[in-house]
Amino acid sequence: MALSIEDIKKVAHLARIEINETDAQATLNKLSGILALIEQMQAVDTSGIVPMSHAQDLSQRLRDDVVSKTNLRDEFQKNAPILGNGSQELAVAGGLYLVPKVIE
Amino acid sequence: MANSELTNGSLKAYAQLLQSKQISSLELTQAFLQRIKQYNPSINAYIALDEDKTLAQARAADARIAAGSAAPLTGIPIAQKDIFCAKGWPTTCGSKMLANFVAPYDAHVISQFDAAGAVNLGKTNMDEFAMGSSNETSYFGGVKNPWSFDRVPGGSSGGSAAAVAARLCAAATGTDTGGSIRQPASLCGFTGLKPTYGVVSRFGMIAFASSLDQAGPMAKSAEDCALMMNVMAGFDERDSTSLDRAKEDYCRDLNKPLAGLKIGLPKEFFAEGLSAEVGQVIENAIAEYKKLGAEIVNISLPNTGLSIPVYYVLAPAEASSNLSRYDGVRYGHRAAEYTDLMDMYCKSRAEGFGAEVKRRILIGTYVLSAGYYDAYYLKAQQIRRLIAQDFVEAFKQCDVIMGPAAPSTAFKAGEKVDDPVAMYLQDIYTISTNLAGLPGMSVPAGFASSQDGPALPVGLQIIGNYFDEARMLNVAHQYQQVTDWHTLAPNLPEGKA
Amino acid sequence: MEWEVVIGLETHTQLQTVSKIFSGASVKYGAEPNTQACEVSLALPGVLPVLNKQAVECAIKFGLAINAEIAPRSVFARKNYFYPDLPKGYQISQFELPVVGKGAITIQVPAAGKQDAYEKVVNITRAHLEEDAGKSVHGAVEGMSGIDLNRAGTPLLEIVTEPDMRSAAEAVAYAKKLHELVQWIGICDGNMQEGSFRCDVNVSVRPKGSDKLGTRREIKNLNSFKFMTQAIEYETRWQIETLEDGGKIQQATVLFNPDTGETRAMRSKEEANDYRYFPDPDLLPLVITEQDKARVQANMPELPAAMKARLEAQFALSSYDASSLTASRDLADYFMAAIDAGAEPKQTANWVMGSLSAKLNSEDKDLSSSPISAQQLAQLLKRISDGTISNNAAKQVFEAMWLGEGEVDSIIAAKGLKQESDSGAIEAIIDEVLAANAAMVEEFKAGKEKAFNALVGQAMKASKGKANPAQVNDILKKKLQA
Ligand SMILES: [Mg+2]
Ligand SMILES: [Zn+2]
Repeated sequence: MALSIEDIKKVAHLARIEINETDAQATLNKLSGILALIEQMQAVDTSGIVPMSHAQDLSQRLRDDVVSKTNLRDEFQKNAPILGNGSQELAVAGGLYLVPKVIE
Repeated sequence: MANSELTNGSLKAYAQLLQSKQISSLELTQAFLQRIKQYNPSINAYIALDEDKTLAQARAADARIAAGSAAPLTGIPIAQKDIFCAKGWPTTCGSKMLANFVAPYDAHVISQFDAAGAVNLGKTNMDEFAMGSSNETSYFGGVKNPWSFDRVPGGSSGGSAAAVAARLCAAATGTDTGGSIRQPASLCGFTGLKPTYGVVSRFGMIAFASSLDQAGPMAKSAEDCALMMNVMAGFDERDSTSLDRAKEDYCRDLNKPLAGLKIGLPKEFFAEGLSAEVGQVIENAIAEYKKLGAEIVNISLPNTGLSIPVYYVLAPAEASSNLSRYDGVRYGHRAAEYTDLMDMYCKSRAEGFGAEVKRRILIGTYVLSAGYYDAYYLKAQQIRRLIAQDFVEAFKQCDVIMGPAAPSTAFKAGEKVDDPVAMYLQDIYTISTNLAGLPGMSVPAGFASSQDGPALPVGLQIIGNYFDEARMLNVAHQYQQVTDWHTLAPNLPEGKA
Repeated sequence: MEWEVVIGLETHTQLQTVSKIFSGASVKYGAEPNTQACEVSLALPGVLPVLNKQAVECAIKFGLAINAEIAPRSVFARKNYFYPDLPKGYQISQFELPVVGKGAITIQVPAAGKQDAYEKVVNITRAHLEEDAGKSVHGAVEGMSGIDLNRAGTPLLEIVTEPDMRSAAEAVAYAKKLHELVQWIGICDGNMQEGSFRCDVNVSVRPKGSDKLGTRREIKNLNSFKFMTQAIEYETRWQIETLEDGGKIQQATVLFNPDTGETRAMRSKEEANDYRYFPDPDLLPLVITEQDKARVQANMPELPAAMKARLEAQFALSSYDASSLTASRDLADYFMAAIDAGAEPKQTANWVMGSLSAKLNSEDKDLSSSPISAQQLAQLLKRISDGTISNNAAKQVFEAMWLGEGEVDSIIAAKGLKQESDSGAIEAIIDEVLAANAAMVEEFKAGKEKAFNALVGQAMKASKGKANPAQVNDILKKKLQA
């Protein structure tokens, strides 16, 4: 399956990575090479083979329903990003993380 | 004792010196810090150092030794790959995205070393988000191969690799998703082990490809790796994929004789793509094993060639999802200017991630996207099973599998950066063990000369069956009793002193 | 053209746990922003999920309650999309292999207009475990939204129906039934204001008689039955009008605005989503064995249907009474507590569904806050049965108890409501009444049955209502036949 520049733009948007025209073209060239490598898989007949998601064939362990975490908000919010758009403050207010207005 | 001698010891020797109080942890730690000051500016192995924190740990270790409650690694200075969250330490994973992130909690691996009384010397450089085989994707710059400064140390654990090789730490931690411990161990000439998937907890280890990532030791010898494993391995209920097994002593079998050991040599590991010089070194090593009483069995791992395509579907797919959390909302890089939410996401991620990381996110997003899942992701998971089954068949005929860890010696910085596919082929011999979840290690086996430079280290890869780390360490240790490749250290050009 | 509406529901029920589905952070409602957002809730680098056992037990309980297939092996998947309240950039959910498979719920659709009440089976497609997102708070800072991740990682069971419902009434009847059921089996507190029970309603219309489904629009996050009715009715009308005007329905996610009573498409969902589901490599397959199911089964309460049958058989209650009493766990528990305290079943049923329910409704209270306990009601009913008070007097006692004026016996004494059961005294009263109403006695003897009732009334009046009516009846009958 050949990649197009539109594929690159679509995927970049899905992945929320800004990409300009020049970068999209360069990326297309590199990704096409990688995809050609990947295409080698298509030669293999895999009918009836159970996909392998995990290295070990084990089942999920369950944890007891207990509250083990305490409030570390202040500690965690020291890592908040810089707000930006002219502000050097951390992107937090009243314990909330600040983002551009979310439109529903 | 001279500084260079003090920084060239084995973990066992350090433990003896410390516990017999011939040296203090403070002295030992300062010796390493001194050496780091001298050489790190040119090698760039460490990207975070914090002398106060490090020395405080050394003093605490001395107090513990004085109190008579020392564990084998108490007081020994270890370098930590910057992929492990360590409370109060910058934890960047080699990325601009996390350049300002200070971990508020400890990874399981970090708390295991803390509990053992080991000293954290600092955080080591790495390929961004562990994606790379040359350490050239690090936001903090490349790392020099201590054997030849114009060469790469391998990756992604390139900083830890250079630190071990240049004797800038007693030992280091690494992680291996497709070869990131073994390939740099091979290129830098030391011993590195990727354990069975699930043996070392991934909690607090920044995820690249969750179903493949595994942490392991990078050290001078098999014995040192065994001592490191005794600290790193063990069940952790915070990681659902951590294996609930009894604690083992990885030193227990080190001294077993190898007579009768069956070594499988997969023909696919000696085919086209392997440099002739590297192949010769591996043959010599095999000859040494024959002398030790091992038997050679010719085997086949027919799907080896597919491991790279499969890996470059599965790892980017998992990574594309694992790296979605870096959105500039709660931590990490946020673009300085943005218009709305979408713009903030797209700019923050475009700026925060480097080229290789973005490439892999895009590939991963593509193979998972509507209409492609079955052809790529599902298919790759099916072939992953075929690759794992190859090993099941192989281990019916042999005890361990041997071959090269990397197809060539250390290549020149810049040589492969523009050709991702050529770079990916560095991991041709290591990736299949990650896909199968098997343990693998690289052991110094000699030097291969190159036309345009000095002779460079070559690593022998040893692949074991699930949970066979103790046997692999035994196999490596016995080799290291009759060879001295692992004791050789590079002559570093004069540092700043 | 006659149109038919086709409705399916996806309901998010918050499971009753104390900690999150994949971490040990508290799920308590109403905490300060982000004080219950641990490193896993925040998706800090390196954190990993571990599944909450209680959440799994809740899912098994639900599966057993609706007689569904419970998957021996189910898989957690990642649903990838970017949203600020989704910290990992993916939601851990179940996709191809959900924990609960096909099942069914029988609903009672109430009578409306010319339509009689009827029963209907709604098929459940699946129910899967997943984590909730956080929430966006608007208005805290000008032009920005604030993100609170306390709710992120709260355990949910998403229950999905087949498109089996054909009216708002059916959809609401199903939602109410499900709401009662999840509370009955103790997996959800049912608190709709706090978002513990939220319905997404898929609505499409098609020409009556067609077997092809129309394009659906999904109304998101309805958290009241009233709004659900309004939203479905509006949406149905809108879709029919759009089609009749020659328009086409675009698949969309819409929000209901309670102020205008209208639905509108969400802006954030404009682009077609590509969730890139894949099995979560951080979580292993969830295996549920026969023993696990048996263990949960052993702790299951009697289900409403079984209890209804038992009430009919054990207490000779009508199907209607039994079904009403088992409409909610609280009601059923209240009823059984009154029976255990010695009350007579039929009488208890009448009072619980009559005076008590009316009173609760008029004051918008639920049973848990009833001022009259089941034991108090039982005591009141005993005083009727043993002849201490009349039915009418009991109503007065009930009112007084409701207002907190005391216990049954003290209220009867204080208000002088004890009825006259001394046959001598009643005979004397009747003799007086007969003497004073000779005309009525003649009428009765002439065959006018009504005259008898009038005489009873006179006797009761003469006793100021305190005479035991049964005794009055008996004595009067004897005297008239003498
Ligand atoms: Mg849904
Ligand atoms: Zn859902």
